[in-house]
Amino acid sequence: MATTYFTEDHEWIRVEGGVATVGITDYAQEQLGDLVFVELPETGRTLAKGDTAVVVESVKAASDVYAPVDGEIVEVNSALSSNPALVNSAATGDGWLWKMKLADEGQLSGLLDEAGYKALVG
Amino acid sequence: MTGDLKHLPLEDLHVAANARFGAFAGWHMPITYPAGVMKEHLHAREHAGLFDISHMKLIAVEGPQAAAFLDRACPLDAGALAPGQSKYTFLLADDAGILDDLIVTRLGETRFMVVANAGNADADIARFRALANGFDVAVTPLDRVFLALQGPEAWAALSRAGVETGGLTFMTGTELRPGWFMTRSGYTGEDGFEFGLPVEEARTLVAKLIEDDRVMWIGLAARDSLRLEAGLCLHGQDITPAIDPATAGLMWAIPKAVRAAGGFVGAGALSAIVARGPAEKRVGLKAEGRLPVRGGTPLADEAGNPAGRVTSGGFGPSAGHPVAIGYVPAALAVPGTRLFADVRGTRVPIDVHPLPFTPHRYRKG
Repeated sequence: MATTYFTEDHEWIRVEGGVATVGITDYAQEQLGDLVFVELPETGRTLAKGDTAVVVESVKAASDVYAPVDGEIVEVNSALSSNPALVNSAATGDGWLWKMKLADEGQLSGLLDEAGYKALVG
Repeated sequence: MTGDLKHLPLEDLHVAANARFGAFAGWHMPITYPAGVMKEHLHAREHAGLFDISHMKLIAVEGPQAAAFLDRACPLDAGALAPGQSKYTFLLADDAGILDDLIVTRLGETRFMVVANAGNADADIARFRALANGFDVAVTPLDRVFLALQGPEAWAALSRAGVETGGLTFMTGTELRPGWFMTRSGYTGEDGFEFGLPVEEARTLVAKLIEDDRVMWIGLAARDSLRLEAGLCLHGQDITPAIDPATAGLMWAIPKAVRAAGGFVGAGALSAIVARGPAEKRVGLKAEGRLPVRGGTPLADEAGNPAGRVTSGGFGPSAGHPVAIGYVPAALAVPGTRLFADVRGTRVPIDVHPLPFTPHRYRKG
């Protein structure tokens, strides 16, 4: 059974069997506007919490998406190479960004739950 | 934090239209509406986009020596303009740096209207007033709502809303009604109009325009992508006080006779730059792939030598690829020249490309 966490940087993290799928929230994609490019990382790359994992480019500006926890990238959403707008149309579904193997599941307790995130964005 | 920002007279209409706001040139401005930058951009190209550009300033210049004064302040032959004719021009510094780019429209024998950029308006007015010393002329900033309606259906939508634009063609203007000023021009590369008018009349007109299915509010984000595709400069990015009209490739705006007579501020410096040839030139730039290359990105040649920089860049929704404007060494300012942009450590191939990226569709006659 998957558990979903959130960050104050407007990411969601769905954890199942020690692997986290990471994306940006619907609120974040609305703020960014239409995406035209998603710069995806290499699989196998090791990330520390706070590292820039992905850069999303809207018509107007580039924005960093940070690793919410430590871990190793095991898969990236290659569908975004040809269709970056998936992040706009399905931010919490088909518009996921990457999957990472968690280095320390204990870090998850520092993240927000859905109620906490909703309180943040109002 | 919007405390220090200036507010548009029609801000409530943008709030009601659910605009997302941001700061630009000291103003609290609608950046996008719920349709989003992509749809807004394409709508303006296909139908008619309504822009609130009241951050820009209308300045009336009037008096027996209005033309002579403008000829001193700008590289212009104001007296040679036919009544109703508009001209793109500049305020230059003594070293020929571009302090602002302007549109000047002759409205009568001794009456002209200047449209100035938001961020430069106060400095422009101060400079005009300083230069007006000794001329019999009055420089009067006007308080108006200033709107633009741009796109192939702009004319029809205005007509339906009860505004008959008569014989206006591209780069002509008129004072249609008391307190109104209208030109057939814009900042998108499309046919369209810009019009200044008193706030209550603006509310009535906007209500009529926006009920028309062909008309949609367009925010600053799409205004920027539209002008970038059209190859039009943004002052503060593509042209600045550090750049002169020759380097910017904008000498077409300065008639040969005006250059020869040399009566305008900055004439000497500009003539010296033209004589020796500018070291850099402004060009269009098209990156390979889909990664946008933004303003401020340095460029290099094949061997890795510095080769200029991008001054504006983004994604062109109509072009379907990244679009940019920048400056490169004059010898490289040839369409097809392959350069490389450094984007976060990635070497992105980028080619010098003719401007505009999307053809202009002005209504010239």
